Amino acid sequence: MDPGVRRDDIARATRVSAILFIEQSLNGLQFGLMLFLLAAGLTIVFGVMDMINLAHGAFYMVGAFLAAWFVAATGTFLGGLVIAVVLTALFGMAVEATLLRTLYARDHLSQVLATFALILILNDGVEMIFGTDGSLSAPAALAGPVDLGAGLTYPAWRLVIIAVGLGLALGLYLLVQKTRVGALVRAGASNREMSVVMGVNIERLFTLVFGLGAGLCAVAGGLLGPLLAVQVGMGENILILAFVVIVIGGIGSIRGALIGSLLVGVVDTLGRTLLQQGLREMLPPQWASAAGPALASIAVYLLMAGVLVFKPQGLFPVRGG
Amino acid sequence: MYVIPANAAIHPLPISTVLDPGFRRDDSGSPVQRHCERPVPMLNSPSVPGRHTALSLALGAALGLGAMPLGAWAADKVKIGFVSTLSGPSSALGIDIRDGFQLAVKLNGGKLGGLPAEVIVSDDQFKPDVARQLFERNVKRDKVDFMTGVVFSNIMLAALPEALDNKTIYISPNAAPSSMAGKDCNPLFFAVSWPNDAYHEAAGEFANQRELKNAYLLAPNYQAGKDSLAGFKRTFKGAIAGENYTKLGQLDYAAELAEVRAAKPQALYIFLPGGMGINFIKQFVGAGLGKDIQLVLPGFSADQDIITPVGAPMAGLFNTAHWSPDFPNPANQKFMTEFQKEYNRVPSVFASQGYDAALLINAAVRDVKGKIEDQEAVRKALRAAKFDSVRGAFKFNTNQYPIQNYYVRTVGSDGKGGLINKSIGEAILKNHGDAYVQMCGMTK
Repeated sequence: MDPGVRRDDIARATRVSAILFIEQSLNGLQFGLMLFLLAAGLTIVFGVMDMINLAHGAFYMVGAFLAAWFVAATGTFLGGLVIAVVLTALFGMAVEATLLRTLYARDHLSQVLATFALILILNDGVEMIFGTDGSLSAPAALAGPVDLGAGLTYPAWRLVIIAVGLGLALGLYLLVQKTRVGALVRAGASNREMSVVMGVNIERLFTLVFGLGAGLCAVAGGLLGPLLAVQVGMGENILILAFVVIVIGGIGSIRGALIGSLLVGVVDTLGRTLLQQGLREMLPPQWASAAGPALASIAVYLLMAGVLVFKPQGLFPVRGG
Repeated sequence: MYVIPANAAIHPLPISTVLDPGFRRDDSGSPVQRHCERPVPMLNSPSVPGRHTALSLALGAALGLGAMPLGAWAADKVKIGFVSTLSGPSSALGIDIRDGFQLAVKLNGGKLGGLPAEVIVSDDQFKPDVARQLFERNVKRDKVDFMTGVVFSNIMLAALPEALDNKTIYISPNAAPSSMAGKDCNPLFFAVSWPNDAYHEAAGEFANQRELKNAYLLAPNYQAGKDSLAGFKRTFKGAIAGENYTKLGQLDYAAELAEVRAAKPQALYIFLPGGMGINFIKQFVGAGLGKDIQLVLPGFSADQDIITPVGAPMAGLFNTAHWSPDFPNPANQKFMTEFQKEYNRVPSVFASQGYDAALLINAAVRDVKGKIEDQEAVRKALRAAKFDSVRGAFKFNTNQYPIQNYYVRTVGSDGKGGLINKSIGEAILKNHGDAYVQMCGMTK
């Protein structure tokens, strides 16, 4: 064997797998950031208001359908998305002020039942207004792949999602850590009774926070529309992962939601790729092909179980007492 | 029970369209017959139709046992139980099947085979247990002559015994699992659609025809996913560049697409029904893989219900099916015109299947001259399948699964700013049956 050829082969194989690894890391990051947009609202609502809102995913659906409609109507993606986000936030505030407010005093079971009913109502409502499917495409300039050099091409739209996700994560961090509203939110999350006693107008705060959460859902829905099916019931699929994220991160913590999202995104992506390759090399093929997909689909839940063993309150516990 | 017209346009017709969300079983939850309206035990065996059945029917009639399972002996109308998924995220297919079926009845003046048709429509809510209860009610209380409608194999298989064990013919307008073609074939079960494997076999043949040397395969990690890829591999002669089973209901396929890109296959075949397919196709095109890799789809992953939500990225994709909107035969021309006039949308392949199911029943009832109480004669007429199918040539195999042609379609402009499927070239599989017919002992 010619050692020179062999060295070339190895070098090429290493480069290919390095590119694949970078690409998969980007995928994990992008998937994590998209989960973060959903989990951020969910974790504040759960943390500050102690309210389990199963209908959070329904706002994601409403946002996506509104974005699909307004992008088509206005002809610009950005304009359509902004209108959809504002409308979804207003809609979220209206739902909070009329319906959910009456549930805060009740136990979690009532909240789960009522918000589950809300899912069904919103699903059928959206179907009546928009039909079962919406169509949303990325702007033509961003619809294809871009060359990042060194043989790595990556879909432009996924880079947009990464950028927007990072920007919003930073914005939320500043909002929660550096502003008065953020301080009120943190106070509410760590001890609600005490913050009421200290004179915080908790009702108005809740409505605002709820609107913010719904708006973030709409951002996620609008941005993911070009990648995922815009259809009735799309919220339930993704809601489960969002709950996994906030349980891992610690309920009520924005930082926890970010770290949890990225962990879930990376573990899920690597579980589907590296884990499978590893199994293929270690196990006989028929075992690997059976165990690989099964393990990949539960990797996220194993992560959650693992975190809960060591940190029962999640990675960044917030709630005092 | 409350009555809602499923479609206002159909309302004035003498078809009562009954929508009912289901009814409760008795406390025992037992599926055994509570109201024993059929005292002749030999009727219970579904596998020995023929003299026994005819004799029992005659005997039953002579004894004046009013409640025979096949309905009235003086057939003054034909009753059809239509159970399908009509609500929720997976409802598009069932709604199309229903609309196709109802359209055929309407165009026939509200009759099937000369008898006034009563179609009892109910929604299985995508739940096997609900479907089973609805079947039980249609068969035992409403005493329908035919059952039809179910979209999904798992739901149909759960509900089917209620029809077959109680001597009611089931005409499948969609689900046609391999088990019912082979060892579990049943004289009362007719699949007027296409065997579950057929689109995949046709896709494998298409890849051969295009001289694609290797293919990467992707499906969800469950039985139907594995069966479909097995169907593709049955006909595909090239190498398998890779095979990946993903989580059922997966949203993001970035990781899988990266693996596909690294594997550099010539063809990519996916079995990802419903929303999974929409997600995948959008992301595949967004990743720019379409330039180097030929994506091949089974027909249902590129039908009208997928084209609309995916939009422009669908253009130019190849898929395989037994029917296409552009078929020139007169039956299909009439179907296309009337369907769009009635519902103001392009029919999917599922609508064509619902339409054909009604045409099949129409032909059978016509050929027995309305004597639907003679089930053996009805079966014979069904097996003869003397109707002009919108798909063109159609006949039943000995296992009562279709023998028909399969075509390659491509998604192109409809000339009005939208996209529609068009068939290209000759049939890719001619007079194609299924791989399981040998395992079925049925001969007539």
